Amino acid sequence: METSPLRWLLPVAVMAALVIGWEAIVDLNDLPPYILPSPAQVVETLIADHAVLLQSMLVTLRTTALALTFAVAGGVALALIFASARIVEFSLFPIAVILQVTPVIAIAPLMLIYLSTDTAVLVCAWIVAFFPVLANTTLGLNSVDPNLRDLFRLAGASRWQTLVQLRLPTALPYFLGGLRIAGGLALIGAVVGEIAAGSAGQGSGLAFRIVESAYRLNIPRMFAALLLISLAGILIYAVLSLISWLALRRWHESALANG
Amino acid sequence: MNAAIQKPATREPAARMSAPLVSLDGVGKRFANTVTALEGLDMQVRQGEFLSLLGPSGCGKSTALRLIAGLSEPSAGTIEWNGEQAARRSIGFVFQEPTLMPWASVFGNVHLPLKLAGVGRRQAEPAIAEALEMVGLSSFRDAYPRELSGGMKMRVSIARALVTRPRLLLMDEPFAALDEITRFKLNNDLLEVWRRLGCTIVFVTHSVFESVFLSTRILVFRARPGRVSAELSIDPDQPRDEAYRTSPEYVGLCRETSLALARAMDAQ
Repeated sequence: METSPLRWLLPVAVMAALVIGWEAIVDLNDLPPYILPSPAQVVETLIADHAVLLQSMLVTLRTTALALTFAVAGGVALALIFASARIVEFSLFPIAVILQVTPVIAIAPLMLIYLSTDTAVLVCAWIVAFFPVLANTTLGLNSVDPNLRDLFRLAGASRWQTLVQLRLPTALPYFLGGLRIAGGLALIGAVVGEIAAGSAGQGSGLAFRIVESAYRLNIPRMFAALLLISLAGILIYAVLSLISWLALRRWHESALANG
Repeated sequence: MNAAIQKPATREPAARMSAPLVSLDGVGKRFANTVTALEGLDMQVRQGEFLSLLGPSGCGKSTALRLIAGLSEPSAGTIEWNGEQAARRSIGFVFQEPTLMPWASVFGNVHLPLKLAGVGRRQAEPAIAEALEMVGLSSFRDAYPRELSGGMKMRVSIARALVTRPRLLLMDEPFAALDEITRFKLNNDLLEVWRRLGCTIVFVTHSVFESVFLSTRILVFRARPGRVSAELSIDPDQPRDEAYRTSPEYVGLCRETSLALARAMDAQ
């Protein structure tokens, strides 16, 4: 099963069946595009509006990537501070949790009042992406094998040596796990921010195109934008998985399972 | 400094008089949760000997080892190092688990103590190669820990402890998790290393057979509170080979040691 062609043939067949079934339902019932467009019509729209849609996709991807970068920088930096001073962890962790548990859709309108549209969307994406990086990296930094820690002590290792040669490598798989979650969440955050901004009549990302198309009852374009958002999500996940695999393939069990 | 050592009264005329490297005097260790791991522990580690600390689980033998290593501080008593203070730095420690860094190759793992001391890869290379050669892993230097068997990982762990050429090698039940065949092989190889390097070894074990096979001296521990309950010496010149493992002398010593251990357990 592991190596059999069925492994990729089956999912492809299921996907194809779904699309064909969709097309058949639309054709047989003679549904108009403003109720349910057929896959062919969605693809036609995608091609016809590609200039606008790809431009929007770039905007959304850019926001997501930027938010993820800030989330990684902030999450790792704060995790390092947490790991070196428990008192900071006790003091700041509740705030991080509050940011995490408050639905970003509820924060977005406020952000749009205080910040420019682009910045508000970026902040929304950052808020949701930040926590998994922080939580996972903190967990990793605190998961050092106690015997290895003793060994470093016996060898007279400095704090810096212990951090760079022991704690950071220990934390790496945890961090990369958090990064993969954060990648997906950053996209969700960006989409949520754009939708909030879109309902205020601003913005230019993919989710904004969805809101805009909905107002115009351009259902095929809504589907086309949705398709691109899914593709963006898959792309982000694939890139982050690749990074994770490249970093861990030589030693970590998780990379061996699919390597 | 070999000459003027005052030697406590002892029941082992056969053993060589050698200078104590470390002396523990009235050492006690109490943990925060008021568990008394050790109380009134008097023992010495002598230069060049292979000393086994034998006892049931929870008798404080591992605690004693950690105290000698300086990984924890005694709550009572003193631990004194004879001679230069530098000996204290010259310690190799082998844990019950191999405790390797999974992200580093065999070479990188063995390099670690030297790397932390500021010795670069190029400079450390001969010492690493020699340590790997001593444990018979020369051809595995680029392998990663996950690719190795349990016994091989333990060999890497030993090579890492040897790479700094320590004067004192502390081993905390290093072979307890290995199968018997692997353990016998590692016992032989460890004795070979000990003879070759002329270092001092303190070996914690709960196996009577292992301690008799390896040691020149055995301290039997009793528990609650942990302290030394008996001491046995074995002729260091006795060849330790497969013939020894089945010899009447070996069996006799094992019986004697087992009895001492049984008395230590009864005394609790």
